[in-house]
Amino acid sequence: MDWQSAKELRDKIRTGETSSVEATEAVFERIANSEPAIGAYISTFEKSAIDKAREIDKRIANGEAVGELAGVPVAIKDNMCTTFGTTTCASKILKNFHAPYNATVVDKLIAADAVIVGKTNLDEFAMGSSTENSSLKQTVNPWDIKRVPGGSSGGSTAAVAAGLCCAALGSDTGGSIRQPASFCGVVGLKPTYGRVSRYGLVAYGSSLDQIGPITRTVGDCALMMNVITGHDEKDSTSVSESVVPACNYLEKLDEPISGLKIGIVPGLNTGSDSDVQKAISGAIEVYKKLGAEIIEVEMPHFDYAIAAYYVIATAEASSNLARYDGVHYGHRTKNPKDYIEVYTKSRAEGFGKEVKRRIMLGTYALSSGYYDAYYLKALKVRNLIRGDFTKAFERCQAILMPVSPTTAFKIGEKVDDPLKMYLSDIYTIAANLAGVPGISIPCGFDKNNLPVGLQILTPAFSEDKLLRISRMFEAQTDWHKKKPAIR
Amino acid sequence: MSELQYKVLVGLEIHVHLSTKTKMFCGCALSFGEEANSRVCPVCLGMPGVLPVMNKQAFEYAVLAALALNCEIAKFTKWDRKGYYYPDLPKNYQISQYDLPLSRNGFIEIPLESGKTKRIGIIRAHLEEDAGKNLHATGNFSQVDLNRAGTPLLEIVTEPDMNSAAEVRALAEELQRMVRYLGVSEADMQKGHMRFEPNVNLVITKDSKEYKTPIAEIKNLNSFRALEKSIEYEIGRQLDRFLEIGEVMEMGNKSTRGWDDVKEATVLQREKEEAHDYRYFPEPDLVPVELTEEQLKDIKSRLCELPIKKQMRYVNEYKLSDYDAGVLTAERATGEFFDEAVKAGGEPKRVCNLLTQVGLKLANEKGCSVAELGIKPDGLAKLAMMVESGEISATAANTILGEMVKIGKSPQELAEQLNLIQKSDAGELEKIVEQVLAENHRAVDDVKSGGKRSKKAEGFLLGQVMQKTRGQANPKVVSEIISKKLS
Repeated sequence: MDWQSAKELRDKIRTGETSSVEATEAVFERIANSEPAIGAYISTFEKSAIDKAREIDKRIANGEAVGELAGVPVAIKDNMCTTFGTTTCASKILKNFHAPYNATVVDKLIAADAVIVGKTNLDEFAMGSSTENSSLKQTVNPWDIKRVPGGSSGGSTAAVAAGLCCAALGSDTGGSIRQPASFCGVVGLKPTYGRVSRYGLVAYGSSLDQIGPITRTVGDCALMMNVITGHDEKDSTSVSESVVPACNYLEKLDEPISGLKIGIVPGLNTGSDSDVQKAISGAIEVYKKLGAEIIEVEMPHFDYAIAAYYVIATAEASSNLARYDGVHYGHRTKNPKDYIEVYTKSRAEGFGKEVKRRIMLGTYALSSGYYDAYYLKALKVRNLIRGDFTKAFERCQAILMPVSPTTAFKIGEKVDDPLKMYLSDIYTIAANLAGVPGISIPCGFDKNNLPVGLQILTPAFSEDKLLRISRMFEAQTDWHKKKPAIR
Repeated sequence: MSELQYKVLVGLEIHVHLSTKTKMFCGCALSFGEEANSRVCPVCLGMPGVLPVMNKQAFEYAVLAALALNCEIAKFTKWDRKGYYYPDLPKNYQISQYDLPLSRNGFIEIPLESGKTKRIGIIRAHLEEDAGKNLHATGNFSQVDLNRAGTPLLEIVTEPDMNSAAEVRALAEELQRMVRYLGVSEADMQKGHMRFEPNVNLVITKDSKEYKTPIAEIKNLNSFRALEKSIEYEIGRQLDRFLEIGEVMEMGNKSTRGWDDVKEATVLQREKEEAHDYRYFPEPDLVPVELTEEQLKDIKSRLCELPIKKQMRYVNEYKLSDYDAGVLTAERATGEFFDEAVKAGGEPKRVCNLLTQVGLKLANEKGCSVAELGIKPDGLAKLAMMVESGEISATAANTILGEMVKIGKSPQELAEQLNLIQKSDAGELEKIVEQVLAENHRAVDDVKSGGKRSKKAEGFLLGQVMQKTRGQANPKVVSEIISKKLS
């Protein structure tokens, strides 16, 4: 059994053309076949998923009302809390952690009658650009198993690309949805900061983190957004409906945007691989053909985004991860001498190298005497980047740029060079610093048959427009229909 | 020996528990003495993924208290994280306020023994969450009770304006009375609702040269007695150290001391001030708080006449003794009851006597406030007026008040029912006087002789009349009749 999109599947389940059980069983058959090679999941829930599918089928047969995602198999990145299974963040320190509550997005998926297939692999605590920092397992790219799936939501993107679920949730702090979506040839949206509740998302950089959908089509992305967005009284940084009312992202998805003005940033592409540059140029041509006006905009502070990001994100991370100390839950060292050793040894044993590196970096940036030079300076840069976007969006409705300078790189290629690894996020980070939404959609392949993603950015809370602009491109191209050849 | 003089300088840091229904950042109930860890949820346990949501009531209480402390209230205030590791601090950071506290630059008036008041500067008052409690009573390990974690705390920091242990105690007591008046805290010392940390040192003048002793900070005092005693001890200790080894203030020789209640001595905890690095930074999980003019006006309207102002007014306007005024203003309900009774026409001193001699005693027995005794201020005023007009005696009034509480009838009804109305009808009384005079020739002679026994005899005759009327005669009127008859 095969299908193109979650939405299509949902509609077929609703009309009885197919059943949720059939779809869910097909997914678990694929998991049985391909998961050993792909390694997308940290945990799967076959029994509860089939049970749920059966329940949905029954309700539909009885003519009962069902939710927007009724019967559709979805996956959740394993840094979102669930009362079922474990929430590991791919870290040894939380390896056996059973959360006593569901993240708000998980509750929303359940309320929408989605079938939850499993929880996907990630870079430990979402810190990384290749999912190689997972302490629990290795995920590979379905297009080439010698390559990384990108990160940190590499498990979710690999699962969607390989058909191990129909849609998934990821989280994006500096590009962690968009970059792996680009590497795996799927659609990945980072919504506006505050658009989706973060309650229950294990925090990495609180002021940057945002949960978003990973899907095969733009339509699926809109469908997932319909389910997960909205104000949450448990998250005071989530935006109230009175400020930005909820909207149905599917409703006007196919309406063209007349007189669309798209901004590109001259000179920004030059650091990218030629194949990436070519694919982006091709995408620009598509938009031109669609009648969009391409204009040049300036992002003068773009170059400072990575530096500012690695100060702000790690500063927040050093504080967010302080609670993993062996006292209340998670890993505790055996036979500590005193309580200081409970802390130091539990943390030394529980955290991986990259997490430790970022905690050290953030702790240093916040220390007295360095705060002004690093943290405060980074906040100022953040404001300048926000200003860059504001100015640019006065002149255009969207900005196009690559997602990542390269396509999926080889496993182990960059692990020993963190700075090189950090540059993977050079195009995605600015959106997190500014809080604006950004998407990655498939726009081509390189000479190695690896997918290339196109990044589109729009002003805050204009996800509806962002999705329409993306849909315009998708409707003209076939890139999203290509599938990796998996045994 | 040369002349030595010294001046004591004390500044206080005070933590006050606010008496909200729920905790500062979650919905857990605030209650004292419950089973350990029974008042906790994922948020106050600092579990992975949780987010704090501000308790609006706590914020309003804090602003109300700050207004009463004559502070400037910030229109824009934010939250910060204060990072340090301790087992009873679930997140290993405390949500507090750093550079933009909700209030600053205030003062509090405290009563001095001389009957005057003194103004003590308030540097700032801000909100934060309390930590839990470590318990060490069980054996070779420690236990952590997090019921208290997340309790809203108002931290008040004073200028070092207090110059004696008695002044410090006066401030502590005045503050307790104030927060209780405002209804923002129960301020129960036994339950740890108020904790004090005095900073003490001396300015010594010897041989017309000035020396400062090193500042000692005494941690976590939770009784007025410990507060006063520890400061007295510290003054003696610092004086001794100066005389014995000439110890004076230098960079970094500030010390932290604890109070040993049994030995009645302060005990060294840390010799030198540690360079704490709390790595403060803005709390990204909470939005800043903006206080509108309207909200501020609303909170201001909840202010009441503060106890010390009330006390001074009673002394100045009503000529009550300082002691009586103190008793009436110890609790807000008593003072307000008194004010209303006076407004209803009761003579202040009479009302005061009735309240302090009977009302408070009864309230104490019942474990309630005077206002909850079931009598109305105007009833009390009427009772006072009856004494004033001679309708009943002062003793009778006390009896009637007791009955008013018991039976709830009006003072007039009770006076009649209990036959306590004084007879002032001159005609009726004259007959009785004549009868008594006729029966007691010797006493009559003694009075007429105007000799030594005259006064005593007059008292005897009055007593006889009172006896005949079963105490109901107005003694003033009777005396007048006797003098008239025998002159």
